[in-house]
Amino acid sequence: MSKILLIAEHDGATLNPSTAKCVACAAQISGAEIDVAVFAEEGAAVAAQAAELQSVSKVLQLDNPANANALAATLAPQVSALADGYSHVFGPSTTFGKDLMPRVAALLGVNQISDIMEVLGSHKFKRPIYAGNAIVTVEASPDLPVVATVRTASYQAIEAGNSAAVEAASPDADLPTHTRFLEIQAGKSDRPDLQTAAKVVSGGRALASAENFDLIFKLADALGAGAGASRAAVDAGYVPNEMQVGQTGKIIAPELYIAIGISGAIQHLTGIKDAGTIVAINKDEEAPIFEVADIGLVGDLFDIVPQLTEAVSSQ
Amino acid sequence: MEKILVGLKRVVDYNVRVRVKSDGSGVETDGVKMSINPFDEIALEEALRIKERGEASEVVVVSVGGSEAQQQLRTGLAMGADRAILVVTESELDPLTGARVLMELVDREQPGLVLLGKQAIDNDNNQTGQMLAALWGRPQATFASEVVLNGDTAKVTREVDVGLESIDIDLPAVITADLRLNEPRYVKLPDIMKAKKKPLDEIQFAEMGVESAVPVANLQFEPPQQRAKGIMVDDVAGLVSALKDKGLL
Ligand SMILES: Cc1cc2nc3c(=O)[nH]c(=O)nc-3n(C[C@H](O)[C@H](O)[C@H](O)COP(=O)(O)OP(=O)(O)OC[C@H]3O[C@@H](n4cnc5c(N)ncnc54)[C@H](O)[C@@H]3O)c2cc1C
Ligand SMILES: Nc1ncnc2c1ncn2[C@@H]1O[C@H](COP(=O)(O)O)[C@@H](O)[C@H]1O
Repeated sequence: MSKILLIAEHDGATLNPSTAKCVACAAQISGAEIDVAVFAEEGAAVAAQAAELQSVSKVLQLDNPANANALAATLAPQVSALADGYSHVFGPSTTFGKDLMPRVAALLGVNQISDIMEVLGSHKFKRPIYAGNAIVTVEASPDLPVVATVRTASYQAIEAGNSAAVEAASPDADLPTHTRFLEIQAGKSDRPDLQTAAKVVSGGRALASAENFDLIFKLADALGAGAGASRAAVDAGYVPNEMQVGQTGKIIAPELYIAIGISGAIQHLTGIKDAGTIVAINKDEEAPIFEVADIGLVGDLFDIVPQLTEAVSSQ
Repeated sequence: MEKILVGLKRVVDYNVRVRVKSDGSGVETDGVKMSINPFDEIALEEALRIKERGEASEVVVVSVGGSEAQQQLRTGLAMGADRAILVVTESELDPLTGARVLMELVDREQPGLVLLGKQAIDNDNNQTGQMLAALWGRPQATFASEVVLNGDTAKVTREVDVGLESIDIDLPAVITADLRLNEPRYVKLPDIMKAKKKPLDEIQFAEMGVESAVPVANLQFEPPQQRAKGIMVDDVAGLVSALKDKGLL
């Protein structure tokens, strides 16, 4: 039987939705017993949220001042000590999980399965490669622990309504002091979080300045949407990096994605493959974005977007 | 520091639209343009800048792969690396075995810093740097967008989902490059000529004394699901009514 250890992502107070998505993936392995590990300085609040997730058997609360910030070098030896007796160790394919899980895998002496998008069996999964241009079915050895990250855009968060037991635990591990957290600069935004927003409006290079990005923000606000950007827009300094959508930014799956002045490079499209409806607004009718758009509108964004914002606001 | 080791992987160029072979046995790579993994080019550029600032004395580029990877190492030498090492293996390399090879090179070369790409854009694994750091028992700073060296330590800014995180790490360490770390230089023709005279050592994988890890088996490849053909609308009114039809407004 599969026994899955799942590493929770959180900010010290709130469980990140990526964890509920990981649980949804893990729960597809039939008969799996799923334990969620919360590494924190004071993890009680987060552990309580994890315990509410359906399909979770128990929550392990690993309080330690060293766990105040998620540092892979500090967490990995604890996770690998805790992994004893588990057949699988899962984490989300967010920057948190991508940083941590391969370090855990190496300590356990196994390769990692990155970005699970579909479960075919306890050791058989599908994952994207080549920026999503190919999907490969992979199989891990049944004799070794499976260390994997879950492509969160492929899963809906599992529902709450459970009340799993929470247990304190303290794995025996030597924690290094060679890696020290300094600070985190988080973009402050009142808009819905890109990775969980039901609607997202993104702007590209065509916006041509930081000031013009207001057009994107106004439309996003009228729709109650999150705001994103192409890499070109981020590189040009119009918006901060955490807004980037794509292969090297965020992989998202909103119900509605509106791409404005974005050409549709393959690296951008990778980030929106699972969007429900894709709308493209671009003045070039040959732009590749129209090949994937469900609804396309050819024209100048500087004309169209204010009109659209107006029309949406008056709904 | 004495030395920086930079990993260069030979991958299908990022502009190529990769296709799955019709029998599902892999992706089409025959006759396809191959390049240095773009993140590795950024890692190399960073190493060169560190050396140019006088904070390192040698930049060594390393690759693990078939003998064709010589081309990418030559490009790395033309960009400004001092020396190259190719660990030759004709078999498909899994990240853990790759990390073990890099670890063996670390033992032999004793670098003060290893700079890798955050991810190779062929298999999109995003594992090797973290694994090397684990095997080495040293710090890792993944997804780096800024690196400031301060003697025995480095301050690294990392691109994380919520924004920018900065950490302070002891050296030696492994740093993996994200896109905004820098913009790699172009190679000039005279540099290509000069690079031909720089040392490129080949070592057979079997001579490394590295134990191969158990790979994750690739059973079958398929193209991604295609989206259904969309519609074009003529104006904002058309767009609004199409969105309403879908229940999105
Ligand atoms: C390894 C690697 C990883 C990458 N990762 C990412 C990633 O994660 N995300 C990402 O987005 N990119 C990524 N890129 C970059 C990607 O290849 C493209 O360069 C980028 O997506 C282009 O951004 P853009 O569409 O905004 O700009 P452009 O390609 O310049 O497109 C601008 C578009 O705006 C249209 N336009 C111009 N003016 C107007 C107007 N007035 N009204 C309407 N339309 C107008 C143009 O017709 C054009 O189609 C990556 C590249 C590499 C090499
Ligand atoms: N065969 C290889 N040769 C040299 N460097 C490699 C090799 N494989 C991976 N790397 C390095 O490790 C990084 C991450 O690769 P990956 O874990 O495969 O996504 C790459 O960007 C390279 O810098």
